[in-house]
Amino acid sequence: MGMKSSTWTSRVSALFLKDFKSELRTRYSLNALIMFAVVTLTAISFSVGMFSLNSKVKASLFWIVIFFSAMSGLAQVFIKEEESKTSTILKLVASAETIFAGKLLYNLILLFFLELIVVPLFIVMLGFSILNYWLFFSVLILGSLGLVCATTIIAAIVAKASVKGALFAVLSFPILLPLLVTLINVTNLASEGASFSHGLRDLQVLFSYAVVMFVASFLLFDFVWEE
Amino acid sequence: MISLEVKDLSKSFGYRKVFEGINFSIQSGKSLVITGKNGSGKTTLLKILAGFLRPSKGVVIISLDGQIRKKEDKRKLLGFVAPDLFLYDELTALENLEFLVQVQGLGFNKSELNKKLEEMGLRGRKDDLVSTYSSGMKQRLKYVFALLNNPQILLLDEPGSNLDEPGLLLLDKIIEEQKKRGILVLATNDQRETKHGDEILNLDEQSFSVIP
Amino acid sequence: MWWKILTGLLISIVVITIFLMPPPQKELGEVSRIFFFHVPVAWVTVLAFLFAMINSILYLSKKDPRYDIQAAVSSKLGFLFAILATLSGAIFAKSAWGSYWNWDPRETSIFILLLIYGAYLALRSAIEAEDRKANLSAVYSILAFITVPFLVFVVPRVFQSLHPADSVINSRIKIQIPFPVLSIFLCSLLGFSLLFIWIYKLEVKIILLDKKKHS
Repeated sequence: MGMKSSTWTSRVSALFLKDFKSELRTRYSLNALIMFAVVTLTAISFSVGMFSLNSKVKASLFWIVIFFSAMSGLAQVFIKEEESKTSTILKLVASAETIFAGKLLYNLILLFFLELIVVPLFIVMLGFSILNYWLFFSVLILGSLGLVCATTIIAAIVAKASVKGALFAVLSFPILLPLLVTLINVTNLASEGASFSHGLRDLQVLFSYAVVMFVASFLLFDFVWEE
Repeated sequence: MISLEVKDLSKSFGYRKVFEGINFSIQSGKSLVITGKNGSGKTTLLKILAGFLRPSKGVVIISLDGQIRKKEDKRKLLGFVAPDLFLYDELTALENLEFLVQVQGLGFNKSELNKKLEEMGLRGRKDDLVSTYSSGMKQRLKYVFALLNNPQILLLDEPGSNLDEPGLLLLDKIIEEQKKRGILVLATNDQRETKHGDEILNLDEQSFSVIP
Repeated sequence: MWWKILTGLLISIVVITIFLMPPPQKELGEVSRIFFFHVPVAWVTVLAFLFAMINSILYLSKKDPRYDIQAAVSSKLGFLFAILATLSGAIFAKSAWGSYWNWDPRETSIFILLLIYGAYLALRSAIEAEDRKANLSAVYSILAFITVPFLVFVVPRVFQSLHPADSVINSRIKIQIPFPVLSIFLCSLLGFSLLFIWIYKLEVKIILLDKKKHS
């Protein structure tokens, strides 16, 4: 520790830029992420058809699509390092904290990218209308932060397991449940045009979840990463 | 002046004990050869020295000019090459180096990196993906990486693996230069490489001997 | 030793009296007898969770494999008790409220606890190497535990509660629960807790002896 902040940010950015470069070439997670989102959205839109859904249902579907697309895409960030055995070289050049920060940031940007695609599609395909868009925007940011903080360390855990399968979803789901429930609730509020102050309590829950998860995973990451 | 000291080192994976009670001390300018049967723990010991495997018991102490170095600084003093060290296949050799340099905070620019690649005979293939490299070229690239910051301690596991004759000659040069610069630790069973050692640690017999 | 006899006595007394005395809640009738079983079992699930988390923290700080064994055993037992609590709760729910499952906050919480235990055990079975298994499951156990306050806070706000406890305990506990009922309930609570500890210690001992034999 005791690194200058300027070099720390350049190290972390080196890490996630490398991940981006790799991802653009191999398209591992991007494909899974986008395909899953588009396929589920289409399936939902098709089966719902002309039937009009209330805003609570739309809010639930929105977050379910995001969560499960995230499940298929966000786990790769550590799994591919283990599978290509490049985790050794990473350990030689960077500290656990730097690696965790880099992977976290990468997952966050990936998630924002997913939301960039899903939100407009949702609005268009399912008539998802958002009356209080500032509230919705804050929900998206805080919710994504919480989601990424919780799932990145779980991705690191799953990467070290021998049988990976559906383990990522199984491990993440109980931990993400309070987040999911709150997100659906406050997205519903935003969609119906509730005031910002009305949604404030839920935003506080989202914020504290993100903070708690970030601190806990940051502290625990070392135990997962080091052998 | 750099020194490497190991006290009462042991490692077990769960209930399988790999080795225990390893003690030695090496000073600058000396080289240590670690030999032993397959599975005797040569690679494991080297990984512990490199700092990315934790020992079950004991300590590894690296001191520079009498001052013990903590984790972060330890990393800067080490260079590591091993068969199970892998670079990023989906990046080119140059991209790999640029990444590894930036993430360590080393300030090399492109031309300096190109020069280092040239020294190991890889200049012509610097913009090719590592996935297109032969195992010998990958080995050479690993040496470029390990020697980037002129490490005071160089740890080599099966140093000559996959290298052709010219590669082996380069290796001899690297070994000579390392001996002048600091400490060299080699893990190998190859007779051609064991001759470079001033001291030999045999993990099978748990014996430590000095070559006259 | 004495506490094992006490456990046996307590549970026997509880089982007998549950069926001999009149049902604790007149409105609900016979099915309310399940209260003496369901609540203590649910409480033990939470107790086991606490045990698992504390042992996980101890393992990460001391790296003594004993703590990992203890964490695993308490999770296994917790899983078992969670199943029992969920089933007994569902039986009660069917009688009292008409359907087996309603997503009432308590039901939801016990279900989530069940999921957490299940996930923990799935994680352990997915890893071969002992030290990795211990490290990773300890980390997961701690992560799962810290989401519990959120569950407790978030879930009740979203779902309406059907549980009688919330009406009994909030406003009327001192007045409404008659002494004989309360005393049997406390005996049951103590009995089941001791039972859990007994099985826990036994299981840990067996595993330790087994390991000693093999190494």
